Amino acid sequence: MTTVARTGVTTYETPTDTDFVITRAFAAPRRLVFDAHTDPKHIRQWMLGPEGWTMPVCEIDLRPGGAWRYVWRKPNESDLEMTGTVREVVPPERFVTTESWGPEWPETVNTTVFTESEGLTTVTLTMTYPTKKARDEARATGAEGGMDQSYARLDELLARLV
Amino acid sequence: MPATDTLSTTFAALADPTRRAILVRLADGPATVKELSEPFEMSGPAVSKHLRVLERAGLIHRGREAQWRPRTLEASPLREVAEFAGEFRRFWDASHARLDTYLQRLQEGERTR
Repeated sequence: MTTVARTGVTTYETPTDTDFVITRAFAAPRRLVFDAHTDPKHIRQWMLGPEGWTMPVCEIDLRPGGAWRYVWRKPNESDLEMTGTVREVVPPERFVTTESWGPEWPETVNTTVFTESEGLTTVTLTMTYPTKKARDEARATGAEGGMDQSYARLDELLARLV
Repeated sequence: MPATDTLSTTFAALADPTRRAILVRLADGPATVKELSEPFEMSGPAVSKHLRVLERAGLIHRGREAQWRPRTLEASPLREVAEFAGEFRRFWDASHARLDTYLQRLQEGERTR
Protein backbone atom coordinates (compact mmCIF):
# COMPACT_ATOMS: atom_id res chain seq x y z
CA MET A 1 0.00 0.00 0.00
CA THR A 2 1.46 3.31 -1.08
CA THR A 3 -1.01 5.47 0.79
CA VAL A 4 0.44 7.69 3.46
CA ALA A 5 -2.31 7.98 6.01
CA ARG A 6 -3.13 11.46 7.18
CA THR A 7 -5.02 12.72 10.16
CA GLY A 8 -8.31 14.38 9.43
CA VAL A 9 -8.89 12.57 6.13
CA THR A 10 -10.24 9.10 5.52
CA THR A 11 -8.93 7.38 2.38
CA TYR A 12 -10.93 4.84 0.38
CA GLU A 13 -9.19 2.49 -2.03
CA THR A 14 -9.70 -0.66 -4.06
CA PRO A 15 -6.16 -2.06 -4.41
CA THR A 16 -7.30 -5.49 -5.59
CA ASP A 17 -10.42 -6.88 -7.26
CA THR A 18 -12.02 -8.02 -4.03
CA ASP A 19 -10.67 -5.63 -1.40
CA PHE A 20 -12.01 -2.35 -0.22
CA VAL A 21 -9.60 -0.47 2.03
CA ILE A 22 -10.31 2.40 4.40
CA THR A 23 -7.33 4.20 5.96
CA ARG A 24 -7.04 6.97 8.51
CA ALA A 25 -4.40 8.19 10.96
CA PHE A 26 -5.19 9.37 14.48
CA ALA A 27 -3.12 11.45 16.88
CA ALA A 28 -3.20 8.91 19.70
CA PRO A 29 -1.21 5.89 20.87
CA ARG A 30 -1.93 2.54 19.22
CA ARG A 31 -3.26 0.91 22.38
CA LEU A 32 -5.91 3.60 22.80
CA VAL A 33 -6.95 3.50 19.15
CA PHE A 34 -7.15 -0.30 19.29
CA ASP A 35 -9.39 -0.09 22.39
CA ALA A 36 -11.54 2.56 20.69
CA HIS A 37 -12.21 0.02 17.90
CA THR A 38 -12.80 -3.06 20.03
CA ASP A 39 -14.38 -1.97 23.33
CA PRO A 40 -18.15 -1.32 23.14
CA LYS A 41 -17.97 1.46 25.73
CA HIS A 42 -15.72 3.36 23.30
CA ILE A 43 -17.24 2.19 20.00
CA ARG A 44 -20.74 3.49 20.77
CA GLN A 45 -19.28 6.94 21.40
CA TRP A 46 -18.04 7.45 17.87
CA MET A 47 -18.98 4.74 15.33
CA LEU A 48 -22.29 6.44 14.71
CA GLY A 49 -22.09 7.74 11.17
CA PRO A 50 -23.97 10.95 10.32
CA GLU A 51 -25.67 13.02 13.03
CA GLY A 52 -28.75 11.62 14.69
CA TRP A 53 -27.86 7.96 14.99
CA THR A 54 -27.30 6.07 18.24
CA MET A 55 -26.05 2.57 18.86
CA PRO A 56 -28.46 0.88 21.29
CA VAL A 57 -26.75 -2.48 20.73
CA CYS A 58 -22.97 -2.84 20.64
CA GLU A 59 -21.77 -6.28 21.68
CA ILE A 60 -18.47 -7.99 20.95
CA ASP A 61 -17.18 -11.22 22.36
CA LEU A 62 -13.58 -10.34 21.56
CA ARG A 63 -11.97 -13.76 21.07
CA PRO A 64 -11.66 -16.13 18.14
CA GLY A 65 -15.10 -17.59 17.40
CA GLY A 66 -16.86 -14.90 19.45
CA ALA A 67 -19.96 -13.21 18.04
CA TRP A 68 -20.50 -9.50 17.60
CA ARG A 69 -23.60 -7.44 16.85
CA TYR A 70 -24.14 -3.73 16.28
CA VAL A 71 -27.49 -1.99 15.88
CA TRP A 72 -27.87 1.65 14.84
CA ARG A 73 -31.05 3.60 15.42
CA LYS A 74 -32.47 6.92 14.33
CA PRO A 75 -36.03 8.24 14.81
CA ASN A 76 -38.17 7.63 11.71
CA GLU A 77 -35.56 5.35 10.11
CA SER A 78 -35.38 1.58 10.17
CA ASP A 79 -32.73 0.07 12.42
CA LEU A 80 -29.47 -0.96 10.78
CA GLU A 81 -28.01 -4.18 12.06
CA MET A 82 -24.59 -5.65 11.45
CA THR A 83 -23.41 -8.99 12.78
CA GLY A 84 -20.42 -11.29 12.46
CA THR A 85 -17.84 -13.47 14.09
CA VAL A 86 -14.45 -12.62 15.54
CA ARG A 87 -11.67 -14.58 13.82
CA GLU A 88 -8.45 -13.27 15.26
CA VAL A 89 -7.42 -10.79 17.95
CA VAL A 90 -3.84 -9.60 18.46
CA PRO A 91 -3.97 -6.52 20.72
CA PRO A 92 -2.99 -3.83 19.94
CA GLU A 93 -1.90 -4.79 16.40
CA ARG A 94 -4.85 -6.24 14.58
CA PHE A 95 -8.21 -7.94 14.70
CA VAL A 96 -10.10 -9.88 12.06
CA THR A 97 -13.85 -10.35 11.92
CA THR A 98 -16.51 -11.41 9.47
CA GLU A 99 -19.26 -8.88 8.80
CA SER A 100 -22.73 -9.17 7.38
CA TRP A 101 -25.55 -6.67 6.83
CA GLY A 102 -28.06 -9.45 6.30
CA PRO A 103 -28.76 -12.46 4.12
CA GLU A 104 -29.02 -10.44 0.88
CA TRP A 105 -25.54 -8.98 1.32
CA PRO A 106 -22.23 -10.77 0.79
CA GLU A 107 -20.32 -11.50 3.98
CA THR A 108 -16.96 -9.74 4.17
CA VAL A 109 -13.80 -10.57 6.07
CA ASN A 110 -12.63 -7.39 7.78
CA THR A 111 -9.01 -7.04 8.83
CA THR A 112 -8.19 -3.98 10.93
CA VAL A 113 -4.48 -3.26 11.39
CA PHE A 114 -3.04 -0.64 13.75
CA THR A 115 0.46 0.75 13.25
CA GLU A 116 2.09 3.51 15.26
CA SER A 117 4.76 5.92 14.11
CA GLU A 118 5.83 9.28 15.52
CA GLY A 119 2.82 9.62 17.75
CA LEU A 120 0.32 8.77 15.00
CA THR A 121 -1.64 5.56 14.79
CA THR A 122 -2.69 4.47 11.34
CA VAL A 123 -5.78 2.30 11.11
CA THR A 124 -6.18 0.24 7.96
CA LEU A 125 -9.48 -1.57 7.55
CA THR A 126 -9.43 -4.05 4.67
CA MET A 127 -12.82 -5.46 3.74
CA THR A 128 -12.47 -8.54 1.56
CA TYR A 129 -15.48 -9.52 -0.55
CA PRO A 130 -16.07 -13.01 -1.99
CA THR A 131 -15.98 -11.64 -5.57
CA LYS A 132 -15.26 -8.41 -7.44
CA LYS A 133 -18.91 -8.23 -8.45
CA ALA A 134 -20.02 -8.47 -4.84
CA ARG A 135 -17.64 -5.73 -3.84
CA ASP A 136 -18.64 -3.41 -6.65
CA GLU A 137 -22.33 -3.89 -6.00
CA ALA A 138 -22.06 -3.48 -2.27
CA ARG A 139 -19.74 -0.53 -2.29
CA ALA A 140 -20.56 1.26 -5.52
CA THR A 141 -16.86 1.58 -6.03
CA GLY A 142 -17.41 3.62 -9.17
CA ALA A 143 -17.73 6.56 -6.87
CA GLU A 144 -14.61 5.73 -4.90
CA GLY A 145 -11.95 6.64 -7.43
CA GLY A 146 -9.14 4.52 -8.81
CA MET A 147 -11.56 2.83 -11.18
CA ASP A 148 -11.40 2.52 -14.92
CA GLN A 149 -11.92 5.64 -16.93
CA SER A 150 -15.53 5.12 -17.77
CA TYR A 151 -16.29 4.70 -14.09
CA ALA A 152 -14.48 7.97 -13.49
CA ARG A 153 -16.66 9.60 -16.14
CA LEU A 154 -19.74 8.06 -14.62
CA ASP A 155 -18.62 9.49 -11.32
CA GLU A 156 -18.54 12.96 -12.87
CA LEU A 157 -21.93 12.33 -14.36
CA LEU A 158 -23.33 11.36 -10.97
CA ALA A 159 -21.78 14.45 -9.42
CA ARG A 160 -23.52 16.58 -12.04
CA LEU A 161 -26.89 14.94 -11.54
CA VAL A 162 -27.03 14.80 -7.79
CA MET B 1 -29.83 -10.32 -3.93
CA PRO B 2 -33.46 -10.09 -5.09
CA ALA B 3 -33.60 -9.51 -8.84
CA THR B 4 -36.37 -6.94 -8.46
CA ASP B 5 -34.34 -4.62 -6.24
CA THR B 6 -33.81 -1.35 -8.13
CA LEU B 7 -30.31 -0.80 -6.87
CA SER B 8 -29.20 -4.28 -7.99
CA THR B 9 -30.75 -3.80 -11.42
CA THR B 10 -29.01 -0.44 -11.77
CA PHE B 11 -25.66 -1.91 -10.77
CA ALA B 12 -26.05 -4.81 -13.18
CA ALA B 13 -26.76 -2.32 -15.98
CA LEU B 14 -23.74 -0.22 -14.99
CA ALA B 15 -21.43 -3.24 -14.88
CA ASP B 16 -20.49 -2.82 -18.55
CA PRO B 17 -18.13 -0.12 -19.91
CA THR B 18 -20.08 0.33 -23.17
CA ARG B 19 -23.28 0.95 -21.26
CA ARG B 20 -21.56 3.42 -18.96
CA ALA B 21 -20.16 5.25 -21.98
CA ILE B 22 -23.67 5.38 -23.49
CA LEU B 23 -25.06 6.94 -20.32
CA VAL B 24 -22.28 9.50 -20.21
CA ARG B 25 -23.04 10.40 -23.84
CA LEU B 26 -26.76 10.74 -23.07
CA ALA B 27 -26.00 13.13 -20.22
CA ASP B 28 -25.22 15.67 -22.95
CA GLY B 29 -28.66 15.23 -24.48
CA PRO B 30 -30.86 12.73 -26.35
CA ALA B 31 -29.28 10.69 -29.15
CA THR B 32 -30.41 8.19 -31.76
CA VAL B 33 -29.19 4.60 -31.89
CA LYS B 34 -27.02 5.51 -34.88
CA GLU B 35 -25.39 8.39 -32.98
CA LEU B 36 -24.86 6.19 -29.93
CA SER B 37 -23.27 3.45 -32.06
CA GLU B 38 -20.70 5.72 -33.70
CA PRO B 39 -18.00 5.72 -30.98
CA PHE B 40 -18.05 1.93 -30.69
CA GLU B 41 -16.67 -0.71 -33.00
CA MET B 42 -19.87 -2.58 -32.66
CA SER B 43 -22.81 -3.54 -34.83
CA GLY B 44 -26.12 -1.72 -34.50
CA PRO B 45 -27.82 -4.82 -33.05
CA ALA B 46 -25.05 -5.14 -30.41
CA VAL B 47 -25.60 -1.56 -29.35
CA SER B 48 -29.36 -2.09 -29.35
CA LYS B 49 -28.86 -4.98 -26.97
CA HIS B 50 -27.05 -2.69 -24.54
CA LEU B 51 -29.79 -0.10 -24.94
CA ARG B 52 -32.42 -2.68 -24.04
CA VAL B 53 -30.55 -3.50 -20.82
CA LEU B 54 -30.38 0.20 -19.94
CA GLU B 55 -34.04 0.61 -20.79
CA ARG B 56 -35.12 -2.31 -18.64
CA ALA B 57 -33.12 -0.82 -15.76
CA GLY B 58 -35.05 2.43 -16.23
CA LEU B 59 -31.84 4.34 -16.99
CA ILE B 60 -32.95 5.52 -20.42
CA HIS B 61 -36.21 5.91 -22.25
CA ARG B 62 -37.20 6.02 -25.88
CA GLY B 63 -38.56 9.21 -27.35
CA ARG B 64 -41.75 9.24 -29.41
CA GLU B 65 -40.48 11.38 -32.27
CA ALA B 66 -41.09 9.43 -35.48
CA GLN B 67 -38.67 6.73 -36.54
CA TRP B 68 -35.63 8.35 -34.90
CA ARG B 69 -36.78 7.50 -31.43
CA PRO B 70 -33.91 9.22 -29.64
CA ARG B 71 -32.87 7.80 -26.29
CA THR B 72 -32.93 10.04 -23.22
CA LEU B 73 -31.18 9.59 -19.91
CA GLU B 74 -33.28 8.86 -16.83
CA ALA B 75 -31.36 10.21 -13.87
CA SER B 76 -33.29 8.95 -10.87
CA PRO B 77 -31.85 5.39 -10.59
CA LEU B 78 -28.37 6.94 -10.87
CA ARG B 79 -29.17 9.26 -8.02
CA GLU B 80 -29.99 6.24 -5.91
CA VAL B 81 -26.59 4.74 -6.77
CA ALA B 82 -24.80 7.97 -5.90
CA GLU B 83 -26.63 8.26 -2.61
CA PHE B 84 -25.82 4.69 -1.78
CA ALA B 85 -22.13 5.15 -2.56
CA GLY B 86 -22.06 8.40 -0.62
CA GLU B 87 -23.74 6.79 2.37
CA PHE B 88 -20.78 4.57 3.15
CA ARG B 89 -18.25 7.38 2.93
CA ARG B 90 -20.48 9.64 4.95
CA PHE B 91 -20.67 6.98 7.63
CA TRP B 92 -16.91 6.62 7.98
CA ASP B 93 -16.03 10.28 7.44
CA ALA B 94 -18.44 11.32 10.19
CA SER B 95 -17.46 8.48 12.53
CA HIS B 96 -13.73 9.12 12.13
CA ALA B 97 -14.15 12.85 12.74
CA ARG B 98 -15.97 11.96 15.94
CA LEU B 99 -13.24 9.48 16.89
CA ASP B 100 -10.63 12.25 16.49
CA THR B 101 -12.42 14.35 19.09
CA TYR B 102 -13.12 11.37 21.31
CA LEU B 103 -9.48 10.21 21.36
CA GLN B 104 -8.38 13.74 22.16
CA ARG B 105 -10.81 13.86 25.06
CA LEU B 106 -9.65 10.49 26.36
CA GLN B 107 -6.02 11.57 26.26
CA GLU B 108 -6.75 14.85 28.02
CA GLY B 109 -8.59 12.86 30.68
CA GLU B 110 -5.56 10.63 31.17
CA ARG B 111 -3.23 13.59 31.56
CA THR B 112 -5.33 15.35 34.19
CA ARG B 113 -5.86 12.16 36.19
